[in-house]
Amino acid sequence: MATTSVKQLPKTEMILPGTRSCAGCGLMLTYRHALKALDEGKTIVAVPASCMTVLHGVYPITPVKVVCINNPFAATGAAASGIVAGLKATGKSDYTVVAFAGDGGTYDIGIQALSGALERGVNFIYICYDNEGYMNTGTQRSSASPMGAVTSTTPILAKLQHKKDMIRIVEAHDLPYIATGSPAFPFDLFDKVKYAKDVLGSRYIEVHAPCPPGWGFPNKDLVKIGKLAVESGIHVLFEIREGRFSLTSQSLVMAKKGRKKNVSDYIKGQTRFKRISGDHLAQLQEFTDRKWNESLERHFRDNP
Amino acid sequence: MSENSTPIRTVSTPAEGEAGKTGDWRSQTPKIDHEKCSQKDSCLLCWLYCPDGVISSTFPLEINLTYCKGCGICAEECPRKAIEMVDDK
Repeated sequence: MATTSVKQLPKTEMILPGTRSCAGCGLMLTYRHALKALDEGKTIVAVPASCMTVLHGVYPITPVKVVCINNPFAATGAAASGIVAGLKATGKSDYTVVAFAGDGGTYDIGIQALSGALERGVNFIYICYDNEGYMNTGTQRSSASPMGAVTSTTPILAKLQHKKDMIRIVEAHDLPYIATGSPAFPFDLFDKVKYAKDVLGSRYIEVHAPCPPGWGFPNKDLVKIGKLAVESGIHVLFEIREGRFSLTSQSLVMAKKGRKKNVSDYIKGQTRFKRISGDHLAQLQEFTDRKWNESLERHFRDNP
Repeated sequence: MSENSTPIRTVSTPAEGEAGKTGDWRSQTPKIDHEKCSQKDSCLLCWLYCPDGVISSTFPLEINLTYCKGCGICAEECPRKAIEMVDDK
């Protein structure tokens, strides 16, 4: 049953107020709703060096009521595998292990450990919150940054390459469940994490988490930017259950009613795109259109 | 076993205000107009979209101003414009 009303969401908060995250943080909103979908006391989180470690606080206090293990940047997949093995050895079968890493810890630095864990079919959920750069260390470029984005390591020409298609890399491991989400669509995100919890094997969820200081938009526009990303087709909401691709939420609505926004609507409110050239904008639009059309084609092929 | 071999536990305990009273970060404070607010459980968009979860899910709405960072998402997303961001003096 899909969540359609606020009333259906659990009211208990797993994150206590007064965290170290920035005001209007997309990761914080993602984490808040993802943890609502998981069982309190029966969840173990593995977190690499990232904004997430910062959120988890400095010893001896943490704002999060979930058991968390901080692991080295490159080792999220390996650390989660170790936790799963430890739980199995001690006969605890009712725990959910969730790895929560950023795009740097997934697309770049953590890809080896992630690929290893997915290949072994480790029974865990891997959630990548994609804020399109190394936001915690000062907005450096990552392979998830979009073309035309100014970062502290691409300050003059802006980024020249397109975003890496991580979903295709992950899909090559034949996972039972792959999904994308956005904190601007919390019901969809909640449902996907809830569904993933009961799937056996490795599950991968990628969340597009807008970052106000890193992307250069006012804190209050977090939800607006998150929605624009989906409405323009930059980020497509879908899930792949045992190879069957289905668009969900707003993307499904757009598949039926058409896409009304384009990339220029999305980049308008963000200062990171201030140096984008006309050529790059056209390329970004073309790239987005191609990905969107591929998604549409796959959706209608798998859901005739 | 000698005294020195006591294992050191580095486990954090959950508590509010890990980063201090984050309400101090605010430059604008949300003010709720309870008459404009629909006071219906089916709305609660402010509660849904608050990244820090400092807005109550019961009516009349209350905002925990000790920890509210003043991002203004609640004021932006309220369909009835019942929340206004007021400059702190």
